[in-house]
Amino acid sequence: MTRYLLDRAVQSVAVLAIMSVVIFWLMGLMPGDLIDLMISADPRLTPEDAARLRELHGLDLPISERYLNWLTAALSGDLGFSRLFAMPVLEAVLPALGNTVLLLGISFVLAVAIAFLSGIAAAMNQHRKLDYAINLLAFAAISIPSFWLALMMITLFSVTLGWLPASGTESVGGGGFLDKARFLVLPVLTLTIVSFGSHTRFVRASMIETLRQDYIRTARAKGAGEGRVVFRHALRNALIPVVTILALDFGFLFSGALIIETIFAYPGMGKLIFDAIMGNDYNLALVTLLFATALTLFCNLAADLAYAWLDPRISYTGDGA
Amino acid sequence: MTAAATAAPASSARHAWRRFARHRLALASVLVLALLCLLAFSAPLFELALGTDSERVNLFSRLAPPSAQAFLGTDELGRDMFLRLLEGGQVSLLVGLTAAVAAAVIGTFIGLVAGYFGGRFDAFLMRFTDGIIALPLLPLLIVLAAIDLDKLGIPAAIANSENISLYRIILIVALVGWTTVARLVRGAALSIREREYVQAAKVQGAGSWRIMRVHILPNLISPIIVATTLSVGNIILLESVLSFLGLGIQPPIPSWGNLLTNAQALISTAPLLAFYPGFLILLTVLAFNFLGDGLQDALDPRAVRRRA
Repeated sequence: MTRYLLDRAVQSVAVLAIMSVVIFWLMGLMPGDLIDLMISADPRLTPEDAARLRELHGLDLPISERYLNWLTAALSGDLGFSRLFAMPVLEAVLPALGNTVLLLGISFVLAVAIAFLSGIAAAMNQHRKLDYAINLLAFAAISIPSFWLALMMITLFSVTLGWLPASGTESVGGGGFLDKARFLVLPVLTLTIVSFGSHTRFVRASMIETLRQDYIRTARAKGAGEGRVVFRHALRNALIPVVTILALDFGFLFSGALIIETIFAYPGMGKLIFDAIMGNDYNLALVTLLFATALTLFCNLAADLAYAWLDPRISYTGDGA
Repeated sequence: MTAAATAAPASSARHAWRRFARHRLALASVLVLALLCLLAFSAPLFELALGTDSERVNLFSRLAPPSAQAFLGTDELGRDMFLRLLEGGQVSLLVGLTAAVAAAVIGTFIGLVAGYFGGRFDAFLMRFTDGIIALPLLPLLIVLAAIDLDKLGIPAAIANSENISLYRIILIVALVGWTTVARLVRGAALSIREREYVQAAKVQGAGSWRIMRVHILPNLISPIIVATTLSVGNIILLESVLSFLGLGIQPPIPSWGNLLTNAQALISTAPLLAFYPGFLILLTVLAFNFLGDGLQDALDPRAVRRRA
């Protein structure tokens, strides 16, 4: 068990290392480098100046050497300087990370809660009207373009009704807890809607599968009530595959956050990645992309851990599973 | 022998059709998709009939309400919204279908090779697939969409051609979208290669490629079709969000995604401009998902029994 998790952890670190090379290489393929930007900012720069600056910043070196230089600096804690924010990259990343964790955390909990309620309700009423209605809603949620939903939310709640703010995190001049909460409502609502659909379908499928097992029939036969059968006997077993899928879905949730943060001008990691790439801030883009990758890999690892913890039948020694 | 061999597929096709027809939403989806395709690709006819085209700017009738001339009104430059939606639909549908098929081809190839040869080769390919699945997709797609084609050594004549954003988005989506099909095909190939008839073919001296093509692939057609149909919706969503962010299909080529980019700025004055393209995306993606679900029930009866 420990051995298995250790293997998986090593694997995740390896994927992260490979991704750092790939992303570094991709950043080198972005239009315009630091020096091009300096030239466009100051047309008096001569080609000789440019060559000298390139040498100064180590940009004349082959990409493998540049990567090693970056890696040594990064591992010693120097992640570089953000051109866009005029501050060290880490100082720009940390507050954004906090904002994103808040947005993702609330949306995730809400989406999972809705998914469990509706998924179980659908499974208990299979092939009845309620089941069809829930299925239809889940399909609609899976199929809705998140950016369009965000725009429609703004149109309805901010422009037409004027109930909620359309962008940012707090009123000008700062506000209290309630003020900040008001700014979170629309982004959280949008993200919850676009992510609960697939979760609901997984919960429903897993629950139906579990309810057909022999031990459920036994539980019913000995006279346990339907509620007890579902919540005491079936739920824990139905949970196992669902938990894995929920954690594996983190990459999707993060992609949703990128779109929603960008539209609602919510200063989180997703918007930071987008702004960094669009603003040619390659130091920042590199680090934020790696952060996002690391976060996703970590969630996958957590899924494995939860899987093992929830299901004692599973052994990772190689012969049992 | 011939009678039995020909009768079997015909009746199984009839069974499949009966199962599919029971799925009323899937049937409705076929109609909706057929109608959407018909409308989108008859855009030139509408242009002819209305005596205008999707790119004609008319600054005297900006943001005009719906009329007999412009069924859905006009946009901020006085262009006919109905025609632009049709043209955008052509692009979005074309990109969705082409990229889905391309991704399915890549996935089938990788899955088949990994499943058939097995061993270290399989382990390596599957670790690679897991790695791709574990990545945060959209941020990486944005990077891929933003890279400078000059620096990749692509000739300027191609890099600056009008349709480059179209080819580029199809390529990018196909490059990351093959994983589902690859896993599916690999799992099936792994079990089919142990069957007696495959062993028999091997003993008779059939080469690896022939076995994969003649004995394994035909058994996998149904699940591949289902997975591909289900992926079209996702791909249309990806294309539209990238185009919306300004990184996918580039104007002047309209797509449902980039029609929304302009509409966002006008959301308080002309909210309907933002409503139409998104609603069409929702309708199309929903239809593809229902269709995929119906096909799954029809073509993969084992899955039905598991779920019903």
